[in-house]
Amino acid sequence: MKRIKKVGVTAFGVLTLAALVTGCGTSNTTTNSSSTSNTSSTGNTTSTAASGTSGKLEIFSWWTGVSSSKALKALVDVYKKQYPNVTVINEAVAGGAGSNAHAVLATRMTNNKPPGTFQVHAGHGSLLSWIQAGDMSPLNSLYKSQGWYNDYPKSLLNLLTVNGKIYAVPVDMQRANVLWYNPAIFKKYNLTAPTTFSQFFSDAKVLKAHGITPLAVANHGNWETTLMFSDVLLGTVGPTEYDKLLNGQESWTSPGVVKAANTFTKMMKYANSDYSALHWAEADQMVAQGKAAMNIMGDWAQGYFTTDLHLTPGKDFGWAPTPGTAGSFGVVSDVFGLPSKLSASQKAVATNFLKVLGSNAGQKVFNPLKGTFSPRLDANPKDYDAYSQAAMKSFQKDKLVLVLGQGAVNPGFTTSFENAMEVFLTSHNTTQFLQSVQSAAQANPLSS
Amino acid sequence: MSQTLDMPGRDPVLRRKRKKFSWDKTSAILTLVPSLILLGVFVYGFIGWTGWVSTTAWNSIIPDFASVGLRNFKIIFSTFRFQSDLRNMVVFTALFIALCLVIGIALALLIDQKIRAESLFRSLYLFPMAISSVATGVVWSWLLNPTTGVNLILKSLGLNHLPEWFLSTRILPGTPLGQIEIALPLALLAVLIAAVWQMSGFAMAVYLAGLRGIPEELKEAARIDGAGPWRTFWSVVLPQLKGTTTTIIIILTAASLKVFGLIYAMTGPGQDFVTDMPSMNMFDTTYQGNQFAEGAAIAIVMLILIAIFIIPYLISTLKQGEEA
Repeated sequence: MKRIKKVGVTAFGVLTLAALVTGCGTSNTTTNSSSTSNTSSTGNTTSTAASGTSGKLEIFSWWTGVSSSKALKALVDVYKKQYPNVTVINEAVAGGAGSNAHAVLATRMTNNKPPGTFQVHAGHGSLLSWIQAGDMSPLNSLYKSQGWYNDYPKSLLNLLTVNGKIYAVPVDMQRANVLWYNPAIFKKYNLTAPTTFSQFFSDAKVLKAHGITPLAVANHGNWETTLMFSDVLLGTVGPTEYDKLLNGQESWTSPGVVKAANTFTKMMKYANSDYSALHWAEADQMVAQGKAAMNIMGDWAQGYFTTDLHLTPGKDFGWAPTPGTAGSFGVVSDVFGLPSKLSASQKAVATNFLKVLGSNAGQKVFNPLKGTFSPRLDANPKDYDAYSQAAMKSFQKDKLVLVLGQGAVNPGFTTSFENAMEVFLTSHNTTQFLQSVQSAAQANPLSS
Repeated sequence: MSQTLDMPGRDPVLRRKRKKFSWDKTSAILTLVPSLILLGVFVYGFIGWTGWVSTTAWNSIIPDFASVGLRNFKIIFSTFRFQSDLRNMVVFTALFIALCLVIGIALALLIDQKIRAESLFRSLYLFPMAISSVATGVVWSWLLNPTTGVNLILKSLGLNHLPEWFLSTRILPGTPLGQIEIALPLALLAVLIAAVWQMSGFAMAVYLAGLRGIPEELKEAARIDGAGPWRTFWSVVLPQLKGTTTTIIIILTAASLKVFGLIYAMTGPGQDFVTDMPSMNMFDTTYQGNQFAEGAAIAIVMLILIAIFIIPYLISTLKQGEEA
């Protein structure tokens, strides 16, 4: 009898263990039950006037890093000066590139308990999904009242607009198509930063002959090579066709993409062999230490160079648009929207925050702390360092394009693309790779 | 599953008991009820929910509960990644358990020799289990990165053909099945080293307890019958440890099938998915790709695989219990 009991306990324990495996699929629902209480209390503060000067404001983001949380705090301080009676709740969710935040946000949205405002990337990723689900309120009147239609580049606002309605306010700007290089190495061998692919390959040959890894690549996170491919594609087919591809208006098996894939494979021959073990910052470290000459990465790398490695822009590290992409700017921008399921008073509070977030005064304190720059056309270059000034200049005149990954396109497509890339890196089978990408584009539509 | 859960099914028994009212029994049942409700809702309820989601069309951020039958399962089974996952999981689990058992019993036998500082060694071998899997993964990724770590030592010893460890994309020749090759990806060996390092101490501890449970008389009888230490081990000790071995296998199988943190921190999915596991695929599919139904389908396949290992064990132990 005792034994049966024991077995029963073990059986229960083991079953529980087995059940925990599926826990991942359900944990978001559990999270929800805990957050319900604090949103419902937000709902109770409806007694406030519709002016939005008191009550509670939940700001949802994945800004938990040192510089980004500092920047958010500074922005909130600006807001609090104007609206001292509002209680601000920082709902930042930690986790790789917002992956956990996405899950938490999805639960809150589907349960009609949205935060006051939330971070999302500009483009056709999650933002478009929320718009299509009817979870976002259009902000056209806010834009009109604040005069923002003239304060931001039209092509940026287009990335936030569906059917003439604009749904989010941009707060910062980062560039995805940057080639970082070690100026000392380039000087030593009389090379200049490549502007074309043929120049890239001739530089790479020289560097390789001298025992220096021409291109530092990282791919531990399984997204870095996808970003690099995105830049190679942009440089190969040009911004117009690139735009069509990323908007689902052209086949991924077209000759231009084939050419880009072949160029990409050829570039990988000049890369370090241990790329799947490296995180992006480790690849940039190789460049900084002179072990490698170049790296392709978004300009968050510049924060790593200056803040972590204490290097001087222009002197210790150089930058250029990736080959063939001069005149194009790959946009990675954090934007904030207004959930449609908020009560009128909650909306008023959140709208006041968006006013600060989109203003010059707010972005001026936010961006230098975060290591990004303000996408406003009237932003003062003097607030920024040498790199950001240069990037800002390009941003204001370049053609703005989306990026593969970085929450800029359909997330289902991004995951499938990264999976196909993981195989392509080994197989070098362009036909098979592009067929997988094409079927991913069909299964996960890229256009609105 | 239903046997442990179907408390309402025992209602007649309860009613009979209520006639002979006993505080003991009532309070026992009352204390069990909250945990049963919690388990019922948060474990079994959500298993059911996950199972249901896996048959819907919810493959974007917007919930869509239209039924699509087994379409999600067809999709995941047709992908290169999931096929690789299954291969990796089977290979990894088999080797992981075999190595842990062998190393575990070897260590346990050594420690059981009534050595000095026994508890020191025991703790020493158990410590890796106390380290979080993510920390283990990061440290081993440094140690086994071919450009750093142990390869530098091997190089200084004059070795030329250094292993690529977890960066190797070589898969030892095998039979092609579907889109993949059924064989041993070499990179998995590097992950195995880390996993076995972490968990073999656990096998040792359980074996040690098992060894201590064998009556000294049995070994003595064997000795009197003229059996040497080797013969005693094979014919007396090992058969006595059968139950212990089963327990270790079940626990390690469950640990192995849901391994996530270690590999996620150490290698990621690996180039060509040589070190990918269903759990990582599920995470990416669900939370990166927002393909909730496909992610749920992967979870259900994992659950079924674990059940395949665990249900026979449960049946056999239940039978043993009845016999006893």
